[in-house]
Amino acid sequence: MELRFTPEEIAFRDDLRRFFREKIPAEIRRKVAEGRHLEKEDIVTSQRILNAAGLATPNWPVAWGGKDWTPVQRYIFTEEMQRAAVPLPLQFNVFMVGPVIAAFGSEEQKKKFLPATANLDIWWCQGFSEPGAGSDLASLKTRADKKDGKYIVSGQKAWTTLGQHADWIFCLVRTDREAKKQRGISFLLIDMKSPGITVRPVITIDGGHEVNEVFFDDVEVPAENLVGEENKGWDYAKFLLANERTGIARIGLSKQRLARAKRLARETESGDGMLWDDPDFRRRVAEIEVGLKALEITQMRVVANQRHRDSDKPDPASSILKIKGSELQQATTELLLEVAGPYAIPAPEHDQPEGWNEPAVAPAWADAAAPLYFNYRKVSIYGGSNEIQRNIIAKAFLGL
Amino acid sequence: MDFDLTEEQRLLKESIDRFVADNARDPGAHGAAPDDKALWSSIAELGLLAIPFSEEEGGIGGGPVETMIVMEALGRGLINAPYLPTVVLGGGFLRLGGSEAQRQEFIPQIVDGSLTMAFAQLEKQSRYDLHDVTTNAKRDGDSYVLDGRKGVVLGGDTADLLVVTARTSGARRDEKGITLFLVDGNAEGVSRRGMPSQDGQRVAEISFDNVRVPAGRVLGAVDGGLPLATHVVDVALAALCADSLGAMEELHRLTVDYLKTRQQFGVAIGSFQALQHRAADMLVAVEQARSMAMYAAMMAEESDAAERRPAIAAAKAQVNRSARSVGQEAVQLHGGIAMTWEYKAGHYFKRLTTAELMFGDTDHHLRAVMEAGGLVEEV
Ligand SMILES: Cc1cc2nc3c(=O)[nH]c(=O)nc-3n(C[C@H](O)[C@H](O)[C@H](O)COP(=O)(O)OP(=O)(O)OC[C@H]3O[C@@H](n4cnc5c(N)ncnc54)[C@H](O)[C@@H]3O)c2cc1C
Repeated sequence: MELRFTPEEIAFRDDLRRFFREKIPAEIRRKVAEGRHLEKEDIVTSQRILNAAGLATPNWPVAWGGKDWTPVQRYIFTEEMQRAAVPLPLQFNVFMVGPVIAAFGSEEQKKKFLPATANLDIWWCQGFSEPGAGSDLASLKTRADKKDGKYIVSGQKAWTTLGQHADWIFCLVRTDREAKKQRGISFLLIDMKSPGITVRPVITIDGGHEVNEVFFDDVEVPAENLVGEENKGWDYAKFLLANERTGIARIGLSKQRLARAKRLARETESGDGMLWDDPDFRRRVAEIEVGLKALEITQMRVVANQRHRDSDKPDPASSILKIKGSELQQATTELLLEVAGPYAIPAPEHDQPEGWNEPAVAPAWADAAAPLYFNYRKVSIYGGSNEIQRNIIAKAFLGL
Repeated sequence: MDFDLTEEQRLLKESIDRFVADNARDPGAHGAAPDDKALWSSIAELGLLAIPFSEEEGGIGGGPVETMIVMEALGRGLINAPYLPTVVLGGGFLRLGGSEAQRQEFIPQIVDGSLTMAFAQLEKQSRYDLHDVTTNAKRDGDSYVLDGRKGVVLGGDTADLLVVTARTSGARRDEKGITLFLVDGNAEGVSRRGMPSQDGQRVAEISFDNVRVPAGRVLGAVDGGLPLATHVVDVALAALCADSLGAMEELHRLTVDYLKTRQQFGVAIGSFQALQHRAADMLVAVEQARSMAMYAAMMAEESDAAERRPAIAAAKAQVNRSARSVGQEAVQLHGGIAMTWEYKAGHYFKRLTTAELMFGDTDHHLRAVMEAGGLVEEV
């Protein structure tokens, strides 16, 4: 048992630290640190810088731009990226569709899509969920009927994150309506410019536009856009969802938020002194720090054990990381809300009235605290809700 | 011991419940923005603005229980109207501390709906402490001159009349030396920047730059404004507890309804025991909040601060706790739909969160309970 990194791993970490701080524009990292809205351009810029350095897709096969890193290196990479408040490479590209195409796609698909996906020349979105198929994803109804060498797709996808920016969407569609639920599903790549696709924005409670509904009205999709075999889509989706085991907990992000809350508490007046002088507040911070450390070591154990893992055995690791990781992310947003306190109540419009030049009563960062808290309720809902994760542990692992 | 409403209170509740059913706000619905002026006039017509004032002053002589009935209904209907700043806070200041002349001048205008008020108290450094005041008031002949800045003033962008805490003597955090002023919202030297709050109400930053206030507009005793302000804020806290209670009840109802109708895996999700227990816990939290909102209503007019303060603080601490868990659980049990602006649940969650941060968070109030020696006598 050894917790410390080797000297090589430390050098690897320090190189990454330097790279992230020096190469990713500070303005973009500041937005991430403050939990503010990122423009499409910010995400593209950042991913292209990573990609130029060969760092956008380390989890891919080496032949397609991946890195032959040890699990520990991978872990350090994710961790440092989050701590430096670098926007994560677009999840849909890097952790979802990229690995699926690399593993199950045809040679043509690999050539056509992988380099462009790595460089974010193609922006992907994920078309899995539907209004009637959330936790029960396999009940999805969007259908793709084969006709004259094409698929004709009709139906509706819901919750399509950043679909408004997307060039392509990867979808689960029903290709066999007779087969049992999971059996009749295929994995289809669809150009968002195809006639018959409509994207409708869905505004979230924090006022942001990050999700959409996507409607398909007899959309023609060339048969060559099918990934792998017809009716095997569920297997590819399972592969996709199991793929990113160690990034899921977002420990680096929570650490960065917690560190920020501590700094802000030191700058925030409360009573006779500063909020940081308040032992009740510090105790709560300490509680979250203890939880984070426990999760961090849990994650390291998962990473270290990946070497000798029998992939057929049920493993609760992903579910543990998801449940605890999302709870801690939410706890850090609650902490920031607490620091902002009453100054989090106003939601100032950005334009000030003519002639208003009074310094603000509330600190400039405080108006982002409540929207961030509201928005982060999502992390225990999506990606398999925390209830579904508990079901997985109870059923698949505990045999209950 | 009696937790029942009187016959009059029951009638009031029925009429306001009907009103709220007709005027409930649905922020996610498309269509024209609600007409705030018309809403305020109908609230006036219903007689709700007259509730806490004595009959001689044109009121109906109601107490905190009547106020609770109104606020609970406003919370349940997500209704945004400056009832708390005008009737509860502004009216509270006039009732509990106004001179004869001030009451005669302003209360009838509140009752007929022509005057709105706001309480300008919070400052850059004050956080939740009412006595932390740097806004300065200097005597000059037969008036005072006010200088300073206030923030997060609920209803402050359009209020006709402001109650302002200012320092007439002492240091920043001294309990003595605070004086309350009635300041015309449009007086020379008052500038305001209005903005929405996170839950769609209105708040303002207000700056006072050499604002001249006649000595006749001092509310209560010079240098002795804090006890009055504390009492009025306690009355407002009781009202806020009721608003949150109303919001929680409705949010819980929405959630239970959704559990019964949403189907996944071929069954209503409410058939999963994991979710049933959570909905049951939500009910426990709502009922704990209801009890404490009632407790607050029964204690709000107690003039002995040593009795009243820990009771009100305890109520707000409990209601905050319940609000946090009911809000979060409601969103979680709904799943993604509660994350959308179009659906109502998220707006209740935001109203509850905003109310939590008004006039003291949970820690602030737990500390007040602690400093008062707790609630349970040692035997
Ligand atoms: C902000 C956001 C972004 C998203 N982005 C995407 C995206 O890009 N692409 C995409 O395909 N999807 C996306 N999703 C959809 C997400 O995956 C679903 O919201 C999620 O699967 C839950 O489904 P649901 O919202 O329909 O809730 P439901 O499945 O209806 O669940 C409602 C409640 O019931 C619980 N529940 C359901 N089944 C059980 C059970 N068997 N036992 C116990 N409890 C149960 C749930 O945990 C939840 O609390 C996004 C969602 C959100 C909120």
